[in-house]
Amino acid sequence: MTSHLISIRDLGTAGIERILGLSDHFLEVSSRRIPKVPALRGKTIAWLFWEDSTRTRLSFETAAKRLSADTLNFSVSSSSVKKGESLRDTVETISAMGIDAIVVRHGSSGTPHQITQWTDASIVNAGDGWHEHPTQALLDSYTITRELGPLAGRRIALVGDIKHSRVARSNVWAFTMLGASVTLVAPATLLPPSLEGWPVEVTEDMDAACADADVVYLLRMQLERQHEALVPDLREYTARFGLTSARARALGDDTLIMHPGPMNRGVEIAADVPDLPRAVVTNQVANGVVTRMAVLYELLGSGADLPTDAEVEASV
Amino acid sequence: MSEIVIKGGTLVDRSGERRGDLAIEAGRIVAVGDDLSGSTVLDADGCIVTPGLVDLFPALGQPGHEESETLETAARSAALAGYTALVAAPTSSPVVDNASMVRDVLALGASTACDVHVAGAITVGAAGERLAPVGEMAALGVRLFTDGDSGVQDDRLMRRAMEYAAGLGVTLAQHCENAALSEGGHMHEGARSAMLGVPGVPAEAEELMVMRDVTLARLTGCRVHFRRLSTAGSIGIVRAARGSGMAITADVTAHHLVLTDERCETYDPVYKVTPPLRTDDDVAALRAAVADGVVDAVVSDHCPHELHQKECPFDQAPPGVVGLETAPSVLLTEVGLAPTALVQQLSVGPAALAGLADTHGGTLEPGRPANIAVLDPTQTWLVDPASLASRSRNCPFDGWSLRGKARHTINNGEPTVIDGEAQR
Repeated sequence: MTSHLISIRDLGTAGIERILGLSDHFLEVSSRRIPKVPALRGKTIAWLFWEDSTRTRLSFETAAKRLSADTLNFSVSSSSVKKGESLRDTVETISAMGIDAIVVRHGSSGTPHQITQWTDASIVNAGDGWHEHPTQALLDSYTITRELGPLAGRRIALVGDIKHSRVARSNVWAFTMLGASVTLVAPATLLPPSLEGWPVEVTEDMDAACADADVVYLLRMQLERQHEALVPDLREYTARFGLTSARARALGDDTLIMHPGPMNRGVEIAADVPDLPRAVVTNQVANGVVTRMAVLYELLGSGADLPTDAEVEASV
Repeated sequence: MSEIVIKGGTLVDRSGERRGDLAIEAGRIVAVGDDLSGSTVLDADGCIVTPGLVDLFPALGQPGHEESETLETAARSAALAGYTALVAAPTSSPVVDNASMVRDVLALGASTACDVHVAGAITVGAAGERLAPVGEMAALGVRLFTDGDSGVQDDRLMRRAMEYAAGLGVTLAQHCENAALSEGGHMHEGARSAMLGVPGVPAEAEELMVMRDVTLARLTGCRVHFRRLSTAGSIGIVRAARGSGMAITADVTAHHLVLTDERCETYDPVYKVTPPLRTDDDVAALRAAVADGVVDAVVSDHCPHELHQKECPFDQAPPGVVGLETAPSVLLTEVGLAPTALVQQLSVGPAALAGLADTHGGTLEPGRPANIAVLDPTQTWLVDPASLASRSRNCPFDGWSLRGKARHTINNGEPTVIDGEAQR
């Protein structure tokens, strides 16, 4: 059976923990003199990004190359998709080339799930609409684990535009499945229309949420949504929900500051805050490569043990 | 000896149920009784024999979307379910918004397996900007006017349309959806849309326009019909308005009586419809409204799309399902209506709304035009979209085992279906 990563919930708690464990191995691989293993030699992975995302694509590409997979980029903007080709035709075309995995980014929720019916390749969701971004949740969970140890019992404040956020829709599940408690901090205009079934607390009191938190996770304020009148203006948003310098100074000594990027410095996060020692935004990026190595290995690997450094050196 | 005798069935019409044969000659019912004989005998043993079914506002593809449906294929599909009259939605391409277009569509429909009538657009191009020549269409017998998927948004224009329509004695049929609240939405707004990350259409978008139009109907005295109501709140508003004596009517679709937004969890665009599939509570309210007659008709809301148009992301797919061939069976199987209630909702009610009471609905008695459906309520069949007579396959009941099928259908005395086989 072909395996996919569409939703973080597909993995279950055990699956997430397995990926985090594998990530430790790949962190070690990444620190080697030659940070490359032949684990996926002969496998071909295609990037199918309907929506631009240079950072996510580069992270996946780095991960794939360190695993010795062949990669190819189906550049949607210059392809037949622009000429009106249907989703099904695009996927069947790529699939016919003998691809082992397709990493999909799409602006419409559900697209990675739909695609699974038209291909035998493994589908990895690299972000779909407002729905999910499971590898972001894995790299965030891994980052917290590396900095604070296991998530169980930790309190995480997820701040900002939850409504339109695929990051939030994956992180809420990953964090809570790993035993953390999650508080959403946002005005009602930035929350989903219903939170029925979401294992979260909700508050509009940013100061109270920060006082309590082991992690303050800021979501990007989507400036292009300004015309939707979701908040009166950015100044008021920053005052009520931004991680201002004053709020950052008041955080506990061990409280992590996280952001999935790209940041709007001066809006959801004050300009100097990302440079504080407890802000781990670049660690998140680095951990993205190793957790994505773990995901690709989990989906495409043979299950054989990873070669040691010496074996790799001998084979080069 | 008559031309055709329908033998051994249970006759069901608005006067009730009784056993009997029914004889047809020269397009009319000539006798009802026992042991009638005819040159063609259609066996109705175990069947209910009803006035032919009538569907309001199906989209029939033609003109403009012949690749997805034609009047011929739609009428054949309808006849196979027992329909004998269709009142086509005006949202063809071009839109039926003037007398010339009305004549064109009526001419195209003349040789099909059903009586094809047409609803007119309320506004030019159904664009919601200026009033269409409703009078010249009414003069050709058009009784129902609607702007299709886009309810008339402008309050003042809707008031004017109602004032004008009231003078002509025609009915304005509204698809209720406040565009400012529904814009960008693709499924019911609620717990499921929140989880799936799909932008939603709140129930209140529909209810606001139902409220507005009830208010404007009171002001203008216009007969207003609400199309495909989908929320418990809308039903409540209509129930109250009717209770106060207003001439408000309404329909619901067969699929909204059965399916909920849970279906959207697969992101399969076949479940994307307008209005969106709602919740269990809404389904319960719609069913109650059908049972107690707050709703006057159950419609198919037939809306054909080619396969490739639905092989795309959920939020990019056009809304709509094909329904003519399945709607009566869905009602029989899933909603469990008594035969008299079924005939009320699928024939008597819609015939009265469309001004077709002279030829449809009514009673099965000598002298009436022979538009008749012989439905076998026990026959089970497996829905396979590829084998429907419709040119399109966007059917949400793929693989369902449904009960009830038309054994024979008679349109103006001519069999259009015999033993489940289309004749035209």
